[in-house]
Amino acid sequence: MQYIQPLWPAYPEIFLLAMACVILIADLFISDEKRSITYALTQLTLAGAALITWFTASGEPVHTFSGMFVGDLMSDVLKLVTYFGVISILVYARDYITLRGMFRGEFFALTLFATLGLMVMISANHLLTLYLGLELLSLSLYAMVALQRESAQATEAAMKYFVLGALASGMLLYGMSMIYGATGSLEITRIAAVIADDGAKNVVLVFGLVFLAAGIGFKLGAAPFHMWLPDVYHGAPTAVTLFIGTVPKLAAFAFVIRLLVQALGVEEIQAHWQQMLAVMAVLSLIIGNVTAIAQTNLKRMLAYSTISHMGFLLIGIIAGGLNGYASGMFYVVVYVLMSLGAFGMILLLSRDGFEAENINDFKGLNQRSPWYAFLMLLLMFSMAGVPPTVGFYAKLAVLQAIVEAGHVWLAVIAVIFSLIGAFYYLRIVKLMYFDDAEDTTPITPRADAQVLLSINGLAVLAFGIFPQPLIALCASSILASL
Amino acid sequence: MRGFGERLSIHTMTFQTFIFYFLSTVLIVAALGVITARNPIHAALLLVLAFFTSSGLWLMLQAEFLAITLVLVYVGAVMVLFLFVVMMLDINLAKLREGFWRYLPMGGVVGVLLVLEMSMVLTSRSGGFGDAVAPPALPAGYSNTKELGLLIYTEYVYPFEIAAVILLVAIVAAIALTLRKRKLSKYMDPAAQVAIQRKDRVRIVTMASEKPEIPAAPAAASESAKR
Repeated sequence: MQYIQPLWPAYPEIFLLAMACVILIADLFISDEKRSITYALTQLTLAGAALITWFTASGEPVHTFSGMFVGDLMSDVLKLVTYFGVISILVYARDYITLRGMFRGEFFALTLFATLGLMVMISANHLLTLYLGLELLSLSLYAMVALQRESAQATEAAMKYFVLGALASGMLLYGMSMIYGATGSLEITRIAAVIADDGAKNVVLVFGLVFLAAGIGFKLGAAPFHMWLPDVYHGAPTAVTLFIGTVPKLAAFAFVIRLLVQALGVEEIQAHWQQMLAVMAVLSLIIGNVTAIAQTNLKRMLAYSTISHMGFLLIGIIAGGLNGYASGMFYVVVYVLMSLGAFGMILLLSRDGFEAENINDFKGLNQRSPWYAFLMLLLMFSMAGVPPTVGFYAKLAVLQAIVEAGHVWLAVIAVIFSLIGAFYYLRIVKLMYFDDAEDTTPITPRADAQVLLSINGLAVLAFGIFPQPLIALCASSILASL
Repeated sequence: MRGFGERLSIHTMTFQTFIFYFLSTVLIVAALGVITARNPIHAALLLVLAFFTSSGLWLMLQAEFLAITLVLVYVGAVMVLFLFVVMMLDINLAKLREGFWRYLPMGGVVGVLLVLEMSMVLTSRSGGFGDAVAPPALPAGYSNTKELGLLIYTEYVYPFEIAAVILLVAIVAAIALTLRKRKLSKYMDPAAQVAIQRKDRVRIVTMASEKPEIPAAPAAASESAKR
């Protein structure tokens, strides 16, 4: 029994897995008309996991499962944001998936398994668990993208996602095997200790690092490894795009922190990966922002906007130190909040047989519903980084950190390309307020989705006016984890 | 590349080194064959060869259990199934190979460069694997299987469980993606079969008896039948 002691840090994972299996079986006995029971059970499971995480939260890092699992403040905070994200995703997506025949037990089971994969990644302290968590997440997502079987577009997207995802996994594994060859361990804390003792073969280590950086680039969707992102975002059912585009970035951030900062954070090695990440960050900012201008499909535009946001996130990590990593964490949390709202809005405006995914579908939204137009305005302003929305503070924190770290040129590039990027966000605002509506169908979403989306939109404003608590939380969780 | 040559001259004597280079050569040739073979059946068979030789390499690393599993699972089960699928499907080879020659020069150059760089980095003596020492030989009677089993159920129980969940996801995903209910498909419902009662199958109708009608001209009828 000493191998699984203490067990309590893993209670949320155990609870989620048990409930996912219960839902999988219970769903077999539920008829199609009563499918909302499955939905309710899934939401309760996520809420329960959130409660357990809240009560088992620990300030000090706790290692368990022979050092393969770590529970620290960073993992608790990221997990709580993940639960909130998944709950909102399900609320926003409910109408959409019901109308498209995806309101099935498998959708919920796969969502829960994907969430479990995220949690495993967030709490991993071993390269093996990091990789297995990633695979659990990816496999569930491939299936979710392909779940709309009649759609050729979705199947194509799933295929592309699967092939490129497998390629990225191969690269990650190869890099990890090199790290193992150089240090003789897969456990993150031990790798760090071995490197600190200078018993590591640096050439092999850096060689493995190249593959790791490429794999991370793929998973984050940072240029030049971004090719899959627009096609998958565009082709997948919007409900699944909402999932792919939001919560996995939290786990990807944890992935980067655990792998690059906690395991390979020694100054000498850090200099190597900072260079690699800097190239990816600059390319992401350029390609993401410039290409997004040419898009007429909102899902594609948001995909390119994701690429540019990932550039910003990478800049935070390049800056390094407590400020840099904390600003990166703040940025990724804010990013998830904003994209939840933006994709949620597409879902809300969609109806049976109609996807509100072209930017022209947002024309004259103000005439149709001033409140939704206002929420979308807040979300777009936040993505563009206009004060007083929270997106401004996220960008500001990253820029401050990078200037403090002495890479002023990166800050200059980031500012220039955010300005270019502001164009396509503000274009949406212009379409909503200054153009006439072509489509005057009334917008009738469910009440819970309306309320949640309103809270989501207003949160972007509220965190923008009072950003300090969230920034402080990110800073203290990074401090506890370093 | 100097380090590489030196190591070669030191070790050429041992028989094990010979086996290693032999297996590695076969492995690389087979792997290249998998991607260049024109016939998908040949490609699959070459992949079997690649698995076989790499399991030989694992044997040399004293990982007997993994080597045997590789042969049993991959060669015995996965590849045979794969061969069946390849034979069942009507694969349009011309379309699959479209662009192969167009991308070959670029891909080939990149590949060769990668191999050269990798071998230089990995065999370098300063910080590479050039000065790596072989692990000590294991004593006779050492059970690879037992050690693996012990580790999997103790130290590695957490990843082991996650791997189990991944398999569960694979099952769920495969069923969700391929199971379709056709309206016309014929199937039996045992519950309904058991619950059935006599009245569902046989309907007894009471009606007044009728007198059988006598055929008007039986002789004429049989006559016409004969004709």
